[in-house]
Amino acid sequence: MSSLTSALPPAQGTGARIARWSLYLILLLFAAYYLLPLLLMIATSFKSPEEIRTGSLLSLPRDFSLDAWSYAWNRACIGADCRGMAPYFLNSLVIVGPAVIISTFFGALNGYALTKWRFRGANIVFGMILFGSFLPSQVILLPMAQTLGFLGLAGSAGGLILVHVVYGLAFTTLFFRNYYVSIPDDLVKAATIDGASFFQIFTKIMLPLSLPILVVTIIWQFTQIWNDFLFGASFAAGGAQPVTVALNNLVNTTTGVKQYNVDMAAAMIAGLPTLVVYVLAGKYFIRGLTAGSVKG
Amino acid sequence: MATLSINNVRKQYGSVEVLKGIDLDLTDGEFLVLLGPSGCGKSTLLNMIAGLETISAGEIRIDQRVVNEVHPKDRDIAMVFQSYALYPNMTVARNIGFSLEMRGQAKPEREGAVRRVARLLQIEHLLDRKPAQLSGGQRQRVAMGRALVRDPKVFLFDEPLSNLDAKLRVDMRTEIKKLHQRLGTTVVYVTHDQIEAMTLASRIAIMKEGVVQQFAPPQEVYERPANMYVASFIGSPTMNFVRGTLSAEGDRLGVSIGRERNGFLPLFQAPEQAGSWLGQEVILGIRPEAITCYDPAIAAGNPALVKVACGVNVLEPTGADTITYVELNGHEVVARIKPSDRVAEGGTADFMIDMARANLFDPKTEQRI
Repeated sequence: MSSLTSALPPAQGTGARIARWSLYLILLLFAAYYLLPLLLMIATSFKSPEEIRTGSLLSLPRDFSLDAWSYAWNRACIGADCRGMAPYFLNSLVIVGPAVIISTFFGALNGYALTKWRFRGANIVFGMILFGSFLPSQVILLPMAQTLGFLGLAGSAGGLILVHVVYGLAFTTLFFRNYYVSIPDDLVKAATIDGASFFQIFTKIMLPLSLPILVVTIIWQFTQIWNDFLFGASFAAGGAQPVTVALNNLVNTTTGVKQYNVDMAAAMIAGLPTLVVYVLAGKYFIRGLTAGSVKG
Repeated sequence: MATLSINNVRKQYGSVEVLKGIDLDLTDGEFLVLLGPSGCGKSTLLNMIAGLETISAGEIRIDQRVVNEVHPKDRDIAMVFQSYALYPNMTVARNIGFSLEMRGQAKPEREGAVRRVARLLQIEHLLDRKPAQLSGGQRQRVAMGRALVRDPKVFLFDEPLSNLDAKLRVDMRTEIKKLHQRLGTTVVYVTHDQIEAMTLASRIAIMKEGVVQQFAPPQEVYERPANMYVASFIGSPTMNFVRGTLSAEGDRLGVSIGRERNGFLPLFQAPEQAGSWLGQEVILGIRPEAITCYDPAIAAGNPALVKVACGVNVLEPTGADTITYVELNGHEVVARIKPSDRVAEGGTADFMIDMARANLFDPKTEQRI
């Protein structure tokens, strides 16, 4: 610890003070660089079309209006369907919920089996699963389309859930496997002698110890699946499309004047859930990512 | 309470043989200590008794029943782990009662059993805490409680005291011994600590590289080690080994260790086979406490004591006695003398060796003669 603090420049002397303030300045610039687009989106979504045409891009809204939001939510035309983003938002929820829960559950189960019930070839199996997380998603489009067709799930929410579960398993397994490696094997041995079965050990001992990595995995999967565009655009047809695809279609529907405020409101609606998840569970996310690196 | 018999048990990982035919038989209520350095296979053997490792060959019987294929939970054993392996998410009470919970025992019965065990181990006030809120010694007690509550036929201990500090380790050792005296349950206890082995065991099995070197009561292991490995593993400071030749002087057999004045050390009760070793090289093993300062009054009454004059190199007082490094005909040996014996470093003094406690070893096979 002492070596860490002594490595920082001492806060005395004019030179040091200048260095310290320029450091802050650079950090502020970076923060602004990342925050400006968000600010721009929020500001524009609350403006009227007139104000957007006449005012400056970065100015705050003069007449605060929620019209664009409500229009984007339930009146905007996505293709020929003018029910707004709402049904697609619901589609995304219907897809994300089960996909996150199922992929996280099986990731935990895989990680548990791979670390605590080491069977012959467990490392090879893990290596192959790990390989899945390096696979570009475009590669699986065609085989997945065939599989979904074969299963009769093509174009449905169920099909999209399956795609996300399968693709996400590589990541969730990796997370849980690396977390469970640090949980002592003796716990499983003790529980085995105490008479607990494979699933009893999993539910009564492993899962209750998994909260940090559970949060990480859920946030990760939620973000990935909610933000997914490629699978949604490829495997969901018409009314079953997720919110990201709807947003794209809304912005690209060119009838009359471009309504930037509606576009921005729709984009905010599409992005809000992941933002909320990060704000609510962000600190657990950081904690979970660093869990295991520090003892205790 | 039960007997435990291990017949020609082997363990192989691929082509590596970790246990090379282990034979041990325990009578009811015995306290077996498996002693050896890390990697000798003692923990593997314990895990095989517990059913956590498969048995490559041979059989293990608990109370005459072959348990090779029996699931750990049905072997009627309980195990205490070095890491304690307490479930971090459960309270002490639930930790202790977990095996009963898994057996489907009703809650009131379970609570009664937990309370009984907690009272026995004096941890009643800890029942509502989580393991993270306990000290090392308290965790150790909870781990024992978890084993006790099952009332098993055999207790298995896997280096249970290694994670405790020195003082607590001695206290818990005594407590384990008291507990064993009280319950009379058969115990298998793995350790690398020779003191734990000596103090606790009714019999010790000393292992090295997957082979049992000696299986005998502690005192016998100490006084009549089966080979030089056992002799040097048990006892601190370790046994002195002096190379010499078995020879005869008059009608007495002895070991000659040089031409100088103390060159011939007559054996008190020579082993029967010693005659055939006449004229051959042997290794003489003498425990440090068998070499003491010469006292004419004691020497006169004990024909086994041989007087030798030695140069004194180093004195290491430990309080109870003084460890002394002396020069015996060119061999440096360790003697354990009383602090009241006045010898000076760098000087010469008379010592006496109790040849009744001497051991002879074959220099090639290192086995006891």
